[in-house]
Amino acid sequence: MTVARTLITVPTAAKRGEIIEIRVLIQHPMETGYRRSSEGEMQPRNLIRRFTCKFQEDGTTGSGVHIFSASLYAAVSANPFLTFHARATASGGFVFNWEGDNGFLQSDRAAIRVA
Amino acid sequence: MHSRRTFIKLSASVAASVLVQPSAVLGQSDSLAAVVREYAGAASLREGRVKLDIAPLVDNGNSVPIEVTVESPMTDADHVVGIAIFNEKNPQRDVAQFTLGPIAGRAHVATRIRLATTQKLVAVARMSDGSCWTHTVDVLVTLAACIEG
Repeated sequence: MTVARTLITVPTAAKRGEIIEIRVLIQHPMETGYRRSSEGEMQPRNLIRRFTCKFQEDGTTGSGVHIFSASLYAAVSANPFLTFHARATASGGFVFNWEGDNGFLQSDRAAIRVA
Repeated sequence: MHSRRTFIKLSASVAASVLVQPSAVLGQSDSLAAVVREYAGAASLREGRVKLDIAPLVDNGNSVPIEVTVESPMTDADHVVGIAIFNEKNPQRDVAQFTLGPIAGRAHVATRIRLATTQKLVAVARMSDGSCWTHTVDVLVTLAACIEG
C-alpha cells in the first residue's frame, strides 16, 4: 500500500437532508508519460486513474453506497483536487479510494454525524 | 425525368442532414467532436443546462481551476448520471469523467487541470432520461503545461 498525503474536507456534523460539500486532495505527481526528463529520457506514465467515494452508514456492513466516482487522465493537474457534493442521510463514514498506475492504492475515511 | 427527381430529393436530404448537425460540434477539430459523440452514444447532443466555468485567460496551464455545474433537480426521477470534460489540443482528448447520482444532491464538480495550449473545452452532462447536454468554452493559455514543471 502506497502512502500519500491526503487532505479531506468534510463537515463533521450535518442536518438530515442537508447537501454537504466534500473536497479531497491527494499528493501525487500525475506524470503524464508525454514529458522528457532533463537527460532527454521519456518519463514513464504515473497517474491516478480512478477515484471513488462511497458512504457507509453506521451499523451496516458491506462496501457502502456509491456517492461519486471519477476517471482521471493526464490532463488532471498534479496533486489531484476534486470537489463534489452529497446529501447527508445518516451518520456514518465516507470512504475514499484512489487507484492508479504502478499499483497505486490509497484509502481514507471521514466520519459525519447527522442529526 | 425520374433520375432528375431522385437527384433533387437526394440533394435536399443531404442539405437537411448538414443543417441539423448541432452548432456546438461544428467548427471544432474532428477528434474533439468524435469523442463528445462517443461519450453521448446514441443520445442527442444539445447545448444548455450544463455550465463549464473556467478563466478565459489562463496564465499557467499547469493548474487551471475548472468547475462544471448542471441544472438538475437531482431527484430519483430526474438527475445527472455523468459529467465529462474534453479538450481540443492536449495530447489526449479526455480530461476527466465523473459519475454521480441523486444522492449527490447537487450536480456540481470542480477540479484542476492542465492545458497544453489555447484551445476549446467541452463539458458534457448525461441525464437520467438519456439526454446529453454540452457547453463549449474557449480558453486562451499564455504559459503552457508540459513544457516544464
